[in-house]
Amino acid sequence: MLDFEDTIARDQRIEPRDPMPEAYRKTMIRQIAQHAHSEIIGMQPEGEWITRAPTLRRKAILLAKVQDEAGHGLYLYSAAETLGADRGDLTTRLIEGRQKYSSIFNYPTLTFADVGVIGWLVDGAAICNQVPLCRSSYGPYGRAMIRICKEESFHQRQGYELLMTMMRGTDVQREMVQDAVNRWWWPSLMMFGPPDGDSPNTAQSMAWKIKRHTNDELRQRFVDMSVPQAVSLGVTLPDPALRWNEERGHHDFGTPDWDELKRVISGDGPMNAARITRRRQAHEDGAWVRAAAAAHARKKAS
Amino acid sequence: MSFDDAYGALTDHDDDTRWAYGTGFADPLAGVPAAIPPGVDRAALAEYCLMLGDDALIMSHRLQQWVTLAPELEDEVAIANIALDLLGQARLLLTRAAEASADVAPAPAAASSAAAPAPVAASSAAGDAPVAASSAAGDASTGARGEDALAFGRGPAEFRNVQLVERADADFAHLVARLLAFATWRLAVLDRLRDTADPILAAVATKAVKELTYHREYAAHWVVRLGDGTDESHSRMQSAIDALWPLLAELDHEPSPLAPTTWRPEFNAILSQVLTAATVAEPAAAPAESSAAAPAESSAAAPAESSAADASLSTEAPDAVSAVDDAAEMSLPGATLPPTHRGGGGGGARAANFEISPLAESGRDGVHTPALAEILDEMQGLARSVPGGVW
Repeated sequence: MLDFEDTIARDQRIEPRDPMPEAYRKTMIRQIAQHAHSEIIGMQPEGEWITRAPTLRRKAILLAKVQDEAGHGLYLYSAAETLGADRGDLTTRLIEGRQKYSSIFNYPTLTFADVGVIGWLVDGAAICNQVPLCRSSYGPYGRAMIRICKEESFHQRQGYELLMTMMRGTDVQREMVQDAVNRWWWPSLMMFGPPDGDSPNTAQSMAWKIKRHTNDELRQRFVDMSVPQAVSLGVTLPDPALRWNEERGHHDFGTPDWDELKRVISGDGPMNAARITRRRQAHEDGAWVRAAAAAHARKKAS
Repeated sequence: MSFDDAYGALTDHDDDTRWAYGTGFADPLAGVPAAIPPGVDRAALAEYCLMLGDDALIMSHRLQQWVTLAPELEDEVAIANIALDLLGQARLLLTRAAEASADVAPAPAAASSAAAPAPVAASSAAGDAPVAASSAAGDASTGARGEDALAFGRGPAEFRNVQLVERADADFAHLVARLLAFATWRLAVLDRLRDTADPILAAVATKAVKELTYHREYAAHWVVRLGDGTDESHSRMQSAIDALWPLLAELDHEPSPLAPTTWRPEFNAILSQVLTAATVAEPAAAPAESSAAAPAESSAAAPAESSAADASLSTEAPDAVSAVDDAAEMSLPGATLPPTHRGGGGGGARAANFEISPLAESGRDGVHTPALAEILDEMQGLARSVPGGVW
């Protein structure tokens, strides 16, 4: 494993055929699979609004976005397969609750403003999390992340643009936007994971260079980025403790409800059961189709 | 690792070409003259664009309902892609319809204020006056446009799509059967419209031909895989074709004078070729019950209760092309249908004046199954519920 440590020390990529510690391989598979699952489950909250989008342009943008997420899921599963994982097996683990996905997708999308706020805050938080992952020491993952981050930045700009447009609309629309911001702000902060003191895997992941910043560093970056955007938009972020700290050069902000995060992660969020049920239903309904494709391919090969 | 500097990549926003047709970043009709040429009947152009646009819009809606429910991730991507292509076609065609004639747009009273009718150029006294260039794409600032007035402001009787596109799919076999028929038909029709007199319709057709070629190929491959795959998939594919067949007769009822009339042989030949490869039998005649007019389930992915499938299974493929011809001819109503009266008696009266036979119930005349009303409730509900909203 001298090669592995040398490669890491020189800030070079680990590639699929390189020797690597088994723990590194397992950690990478878990990280990439959770990310892939998040893309696929993440299609659902916004996907519910495609057929109901209020203009054809918004419908097209949303449909393209959800299609992008399916594409992200596809190439992330492919990256996991370079480590010896199997897509079908990973899907089974997701459906059986043995692997996680981002807790953010366990909240409901109640109005069309949620589509905009997911683009602005949720995709914004995802970008803060993911841009450093483009420098992940595992090559296939880092390269996949570059493309994903570019597309996520499209999504974020489109979400923000929808909110800007709605804020120029009627009072009802402005209330929809503020209500959506109120509901999504704290869950977005939780997307960075538990506080550093409570994140046991961080040290090893940073040493292996599969993680480049701590949870709290990224969370701070996201808050600092979002505050001026909220001002431009004309919405209030629902945190009375939020204020600029001249001394630190950062915003101070309140403490997320970590008990809520634990509940949602452990399966007790508002939409956990519905999300997994739908994914399982699609998988089971498609079983005969996949079996047919496999049978046809076997006949053609023989 | 400067070669893959992600922060740099995030500011590289010049590659909008990767966005699918119709998402609003590039004008797919750039450079195409927008004026309606002298000699083109504006009313007829508007009506035909409306028909073709409605077909694409409603078919796209049914495909959108499959999102997150596809059997495999590759199909998630493909189905969303096809839905997006058709939505893009619908936007351009509805915009053109509104430009060509204000008569196709819903009356202000009927339209919600969320979708105020905004035909860019009302038909003027000078029929050949240049129309203000306005494509659906690339214009984010104006919320009220022709396409949205037409999509969100009309009721079911004002939609002109064929009933084929309305039907909900009982399972994936029903989806790919319907998509095969739709894409094959539409490709044959639009291929023949590439040199039609209106430059915008011709440009839309040219662009759409490339897209539909892929849609047809995608559907055909799945029909073959399912027909040939397992006993279960074969049985489901056969039921799907049986259920599809009665819907095909309507395609021959094409009231527009602009519609190509020579698409049938190509359509029949392609379907025969695909069904033969799939070892699926073509139904010799339409089933007795009128499944075309039956109310469809709103759920897009209800498991199929394949009932009569086994009974109609046949291992012998009959003469494929003639079977299609027979099925079509025995139910061909076109010549005996009353002509379409748009703007004459109003939407409700139109259907009532017909002597209703199953075959007179053409979506082209505004006669639809209850499935369309369900689709429109879903599609238009939000737009109509926020008066004055801008999106």
